[in-house]
Amino acid sequence: MDWFYSFPNMNDETLRNLKKAMDEGFKAFTREYGDIIESFFQPLQYFLIQAERFMTGTPWPIMVLLIAGIAWIASRNWKIVAGTVVTLLLIGYFDMWSDAMKTIAMIFVGTVVSIVVGIPIGIIMARSDGFQRIVNPILDVMQTMPSFVYLIPVVMLLGIGKVPGLIAVVIYAIPPMIRLTNLGIRLVDKDVLEAADAFGSSSWQRLKNVQIPLALPTIMAGINQTIMMALAMVVIASMIGVQGLGQPVLRSVNGQFFSLGLFNGLAIVGIAIIFDRVSQAYGKRLQKHQEVVHG
Amino acid sequence: MADQTVQGAGIQIKNLYKIFGQRGSTYVEAVKNGMTKTELNEKHHHVLGLRDINIDMPAGGIQVVMGLSGSGKSTLIRHINRLIDPTAGEVIIDGTDVCQMNESDLRQFRRHKTAMVFQKFALLPHRTVLDNTVYGLEIQGLSREKQEEQARRWIERVGLKGFEDNYPNQLSGGMQQRVGLARALTNDAPILLMDEAFSALDPLIRMDMQTVLLDLQKEIKKTIVFITHDLDEALRLGDRIAILRDGEVVQQGTGQDIVLQPADEYISSFVKEVNRGRVIMVDTIATKTGVPADVGKVTVTSGTTLEEAAKTMTDANQQYATVIDENGKSLGVLTMNNLIQAMVTPISHLTAAAE
Repeated sequence: MDWFYSFPNMNDETLRNLKKAMDEGFKAFTREYGDIIESFFQPLQYFLIQAERFMTGTPWPIMVLLIAGIAWIASRNWKIVAGTVVTLLLIGYFDMWSDAMKTIAMIFVGTVVSIVVGIPIGIIMARSDGFQRIVNPILDVMQTMPSFVYLIPVVMLLGIGKVPGLIAVVIYAIPPMIRLTNLGIRLVDKDVLEAADAFGSSSWQRLKNVQIPLALPTIMAGINQTIMMALAMVVIASMIGVQGLGQPVLRSVNGQFFSLGLFNGLAIVGIAIIFDRVSQAYGKRLQKHQEVVHG
Repeated sequence: MADQTVQGAGIQIKNLYKIFGQRGSTYVEAVKNGMTKTELNEKHHHVLGLRDINIDMPAGGIQVVMGLSGSGKSTLIRHINRLIDPTAGEVIIDGTDVCQMNESDLRQFRRHKTAMVFQKFALLPHRTVLDNTVYGLEIQGLSREKQEEQARRWIERVGLKGFEDNYPNQLSGGMQQRVGLARALTNDAPILLMDEAFSALDPLIRMDMQTVLLDLQKEIKKTIVFITHDLDEALRLGDRIAILRDGEVVQQGTGQDIVLQPADEYISSFVKEVNRGRVIMVDTIATKTGVPADVGKVTVTSGTTLEEAAKTMTDANQQYATVIDENGKSLGVLTMNNLIQAMVTPISHLTAAAE
């Protein structure tokens, strides 16, 4: 009856060998292909460095004006612009300017990569049920697997630095982009699609004229979620050498510096709120045509 | 085409079957041999959409397909531009079978030969009235200038001038459907498909739109296929009417044919409620015998409805009227008595058969 009380597990020897085989296999893979993979991500690194250099190199008053300008163009709302400026000035006054700019550069690049990769995947998913069946569980894994676990192979392959950090951010932040693009396109009114077909639209015309524009509010919600998730990853990514507001937070955890953690944490919250309000206001502006003026 | 003013193309639907379900084609033979809709559904879990449809729609006329919900009328109209693929049968337009076209031919066919108006309007909510109206031409790849020129003309023609820059959501239902109509007309296709186009509108607006359509048709003379569940609408618009029930054509003919000789109990139950005075024409009841030919002091032309004739006669305070053809030749005499009798008697399919 021994098997009833303690689970009959694989014997220790076999299990140890299995793990060893996997680790060694992956190490061999790293040695073999690490360089190729690294060079594959070279453009990404270039993009990241340029973004960071621009954000930190530009004098702060110009940066504040620039961000405020973008906030105005996107939201057309003075309150949001004022909130943005005040938040940025506070971040600077508390001596977190350069870290904040590095973080924003990271978020920016992470979001752009997520959009560029995520939207096409979402579109293919919406067109093919088979592809959706394959991608959905992968997205589930990406969202629930503790991020530390996929940091390990990324670090083994690419070492410590910006690019592995970016990859970690993208893995964590891309699922809502893909899911909401898929959902948005699937929810497009069947009647309107039928009309597009009846007029002889090709599948590209259908996508460009009907599906994407009608799914845009949902896609915008996906972009908003992606930005928020990317910000949430900043602290974890700092563990593998990503610079920015995450680094001081990590230091404050290690050294029990309450105020340092709090200030940097609040700065992340502030940036998150700016991004959220601006992107949401932009999303809402895109839907202006949906306002019912005439009963 | 004999008549040069007719712009439409005739549509012939031959032996069309549609069976919904994964293996629809395997049951076509069984259905041809008389399997009923219920049997097909219960035994094989396939739904019979259309059974042996044969309709010949002449070019330049309005063909109405009437039926209640579930009768297959919307399925039928979608076979004409193949938004639904048939299980068996042919749809022949301009000598080509639409059902045999490959994808790119079909796309060209839809772009240039057909235009469709939908029950729920199906406008693009993110585009203005003008941008919605140009849709068909944009798809065809015309220059924006030409697109707008055409579109503005039709927007004005359907009475929406001044609303070009509004979004559909800012318009009432009736106005939205005018956009739908303008979009279809801008395409300038010989065939206009209208799927319950006016059913979502309230009665007054619906009458209004019917008038707009009839006025337009006098000038455009397209082949219009109009789907409706409303017999009054069918009789008002249709040059020819086909009545569909459970995926089968139960009767087809002119409005008058259907009102005077309903093919079965089902149709006569519809016809009972119809305003006969607006459908039946004076020719049908004009008598040549029994009444002296010279009593009619007022004349009505052949093709006038009973209601109009009754008005002419009461206005002139006459009991008799002479029916004449276009050349002024007498075709017979109309008595007030006959007129009223024809307007009130509901003829069932049994008495119609007995005559």
